[in-house]
Amino acid sequence: MADFSLPANSKIRKGQSHPAPAGAANVRRFHVYRWSPDDGQNPHMDSYEVDMDSCGPMILDVLIKIKDEIDPTLTFRRSCREGVCGSCAMNMGGINGLACTKAVADLKGDITVAPLPNMAVIKDLVPDMSNFYAQYASIKPWLQAEAPPSGKERLQSHDDRSKLDGLYECILCACCSTSCPSYWWNSEKYLGPAILLQAYRWIIDSRDEATSARLDNLEGPFKLYRCHTIMNCVTACPKGLNPAKAIAETKKLMLERQA
Amino acid sequence: MAMQTKSGQSGAGDATKHWWTLRLTAVALVPLAVWFVASLVALAGADYPTMIAWVSNPFVTVLLLSMLVSLFYHLRLGLQEIVEDYVHARRAKIVLSVALTFGCFLLAMATIAAVLKIAIGS
Repeated sequence: MADFSLPANSKIRKGQSHPAPAGAANVRRFHVYRWSPDDGQNPHMDSYEVDMDSCGPMILDVLIKIKDEIDPTLTFRRSCREGVCGSCAMNMGGINGLACTKAVADLKGDITVAPLPNMAVIKDLVPDMSNFYAQYASIKPWLQAEAPPSGKERLQSHDDRSKLDGLYECILCACCSTSCPSYWWNSEKYLGPAILLQAYRWIIDSRDEATSARLDNLEGPFKLYRCHTIMNCVTACPKGLNPAKAIAETKKLMLERQA
Repeated sequence: MAMQTKSGQSGAGDATKHWWTLRLTAVALVPLAVWFVASLVALAGADYPTMIAWVSNPFVTVLLLSMLVSLFYHLRLGLQEIVEDYVHARRAKIVLSVALTFGCFLLAMATIAAVLKIAIGS
């Protein structure tokens, strides 16, 4: 059966509290998920009070400040700090997003910061992305064409190019896939919204000639059809994309070629 | 956690057919269910001969049979989706799939037989 509760070694306990420095006027409290593979302990939530008057506006700024000034053991991924790389995807205030583009001011009260849901944790806020990347590789995310490269660009009309809008912007942060209940229950077999959006990006590309094989690859009850239009993916996407629509368009193509 | 690339592959188009038939039966059930409920409301308090006469009306018989076929086919497909979503143990999955197929089929047959018995007469 699908797992509806955490196993004993994953039950989250209360952790340490780090109070704000004396005299801090603009304090926000953050509850951060902590787990280390090295100490044999259960995961726990550590609390950090941060003076926002001496901190940048985003959740990532808070995490960097905590690591820099309060607790250097806090582990998280980050790189571009402007919503382009997707490294700092995590769950903040119960919603998946990028720590670098999520403003503290947009969240009320105490803020819970946790890794992406239902992913195996490597340490603290760092999830194991191996399965996600393997699934991405499985859809062959590159242009496939019979004609050998001519040494020139493969041309495309403006209309055909516009079909890639809303797809090419995906940064593979996994916010959508890890917000999807269908992906939680069947993450080994169901490809999830992010990978299906990427699959559709190549299916709809006028320069790609492997459309039929790409659709064949999505057959079967699991890879594509676990999508039940729950729409969490659309809410979660920090780039404002619509994976559910890409999946619906793919289903239409699957049907059309059968008729 | 190796990715399973081959599992769940059924024959060409089976999953697409499953998905499409689930939607077709859903669309068919919208007017049929509205008609059925409206009819029952209109017939509330009717006596036995009136009900028998209603079911025996050829138009009613055809609509009732259409609704029953759509309903139990939709039920079977929908339950199968739930099993695929939540049941991961291989044996339990097969046992449940067989049980719900037989269950839906029996329910369909029982209700269809009931309608036919009244419509054609015993």
